[in-house]
Amino acid sequence: MSPDRTPEHPTTTGPAPGQATAPAHGRTATAERGQDVIHNIGYRGYEGPRLGRSYARRALFTQSLRGSYGLGRSAKSKVLPMLLFATICVPAAILVAVAALTKAKELQVGYAEYVLLMQPLLGIYLAAAAPQAISMDLRFKTTPLYFSRPMERSDYVAAKYAALSAALFLFTAVPVLIMYVGALLVKLDFSDQTKGAAQGIVFCALFALLHAAIAAWIAALTPRRGFGVAAIIVAITVPYFLVTALQGIALTSDNSSAIGWLGLGSPGTLLDGIQSRFLDGRSGFPDAQTLTGSQGAVYLAVFVALVACFYALLLRRYRKAGL
Amino acid sequence: MIAIESLSKRFPRVTALDRLTVGIEPGVTGLVGANGAGKSTLIKILLGLSPATEGSATVLGMDVATQGGAIRERVGYMPEHDCLPPDVSATEFVVHMARMSGLPATAARERTADTLRHVGLYEERYRPMGGYSTGMKQRVKLAQALVHDPRLVLLDEPTNGLDPVGRDEMLGLIRRVHTDFGISVLVTSHLLGELERTSDHIVVIDGGKLLRSSSTADFTQRTAVLAVEVTDTDEHPDGTAALRTALRKAGLNPHEPAPDRALAPGAGHLVTLDIGGEAGDTDESVFDTVRDTAADLGLGLVRMEQRRHQISEVFTERSAGDVA
Ligand SMILES: Nc1ncnc2c1ncn2[C@@H]1O[C@H](COP(=O)(O)OP(=O)(O)OP(=O)(O)O)[C@@H](O)[C@H]1O
Ligand SMILES: [Mg+2]
Repeated sequence: MSPDRTPEHPTTTGPAPGQATAPAHGRTATAERGQDVIHNIGYRGYEGPRLGRSYARRALFTQSLRGSYGLGRSAKSKVLPMLLFATICVPAAILVAVAALTKAKELQVGYAEYVLLMQPLLGIYLAAAAPQAISMDLRFKTTPLYFSRPMERSDYVAAKYAALSAALFLFTAVPVLIMYVGALLVKLDFSDQTKGAAQGIVFCALFALLHAAIAAWIAALTPRRGFGVAAIIVAITVPYFLVTALQGIALTSDNSSAIGWLGLGSPGTLLDGIQSRFLDGRSGFPDAQTLTGSQGAVYLAVFVALVACFYALLLRRYRKAGL
Repeated sequence: MIAIESLSKRFPRVTALDRLTVGIEPGVTGLVGANGAGKSTLIKILLGLSPATEGSATVLGMDVATQGGAIRERVGYMPEHDCLPPDVSATEFVVHMARMSGLPATAARERTADTLRHVGLYEERYRPMGGYSTGMKQRVKLAQALVHDPRLVLLDEPTNGLDPVGRDEMLGLIRRVHTDFGISVLVTSHLLGELERTSDHIVVIDGGKLLRSSSTADFTQRTAVLAVEVTDTDEHPDGTAALRTALRKAGLNPHEPAPDRALAPGAGHLVTLDIGGEAGDTDESVFDTVRDTAADLGLGLVRMEQRRHQISEVFTERSAGDVA
């Protein structure tokens, strides 16, 4: 340990303000060290490990993920996420019950289809979770405290994006699992259900990656919470309904070949197209259209491009956020 | 501890730091400058968060341009602005910040309890910070800068917004950070007066340039100043000039008038001179000499006051020095 770390007053109490304010009196370490016999029981240094960037990133991820469900926060902030979580799980249980009562061969609603049906609820959840995870640190100017520590801005962004994605993934994957377990309990075909649920889980991941990127970016631009909430709900629901309406018009006006391309216009329809083309899902498009081969490739490319693009925008936002 | 070599930072419109060269030793160092002097800009460069336009700096022997992460592991930072989320308690917040500095969870909790106690936060640390007074918030801000036991803390205007009592307590606390905790401190303020009571060494910057860097003892000595205000007479239309000449003959050392000082109405009637020594133990005979000299010249002596040095004097002295 370097000499400058030796406490000059190894007593518990500091010098009285008068003493402290007279630096002219030649306070030197050697002069004082000999005089004091009481040992420092006040301040203890820290000699333990310093775990660095990746540890900090993981700790931030966990804290933000828990925070997205109100865990580790006030009782009040648990209410909304828990209520929404219950709301998305209950219909899943009901679907299982219906299948049991009607002795159906399969669930009324497919796994991915269920997630798409719940979009308004997911929008509300994201609109609550993203500002909580992202906007607060900007609004209360806490980010400088993170950036004055070993982590880089990219670590912070990675942790926050991962936490929001994981929160949304859990929010959708848990009801999917409820449906799956229920389906097995009422003895629906095991291999059918397992394959469907696995595809459903993949869909949940895709859904979360795209929507978390969009919501995180919006939240990073809107430090004021109210704005962020409204903007996220609008961004996630309005394009979806708009595109669905346009697809409906395309169908009635004998332009049904346009339906597939129109689906690129909103995150929800984009994901719908992908699940019906690649994950054996039932299409939510008018006439239950599925994508052609080339459309499917374009859909996947657009998906990847959107996620990358929103993530890059998010990074850029933090590069600008001054310390 | 910190070595700054010809460091400049230019923004599109302003030069925040202008070829600043200064070394900072272990202990408590006050960084003084008016608003916009470049204090905060310097701190951000020292943390490796903002690249310098030119020049270089090392902190704890590490280069700010390439080893920012390693520097930030062993340095604490307290920003000048509010930075606390209101719905979290001080304990939860500081624990989280300790983990962000790389401390394992258990250590983070122990260090948080210790550090909050040291900065003087007790039962209230379990309450949400939204309800804290400014003084309590400043203490939490200080605690998060200390919680990982850094070797050096950079405190940006820690007395900002505090009342006189809170200010004294904060200054006492900062003093203890060095004396009791053994952590070196770089603390900024725009008030020289408050830092001279806390610091071992003082660095004054203005417009991004170094004005002075010296030990507080030197500083106090060199800036103990006697201000004498005199009237002009018919015989001596410029009373201050006459007094200055006479004082010099009497073996004293009056300051040259600053060129811009003539612009201030009434300022032309003021003569300042170094009287050496600390306030209080000044040789009384200086006062007599000044009084007698003025009387001999027939000048009216309006007032004579021993000044506590103010930052403004450091600045005028520089402008006087620049012409010389
Ligand atoms: N990001 C920035 N972009 C443009 N100019 C900046 C930026 N940051 C600081 N400046 C300018 O640089 C100069 C120095 O600013 P700085 O914040 O370092 O001063 P300071 O000494 O901390 O002042 P204060 O006492 O007000 O905190 C100011 O003129 C300021 O306007
Ligand atoms: Mg500043």
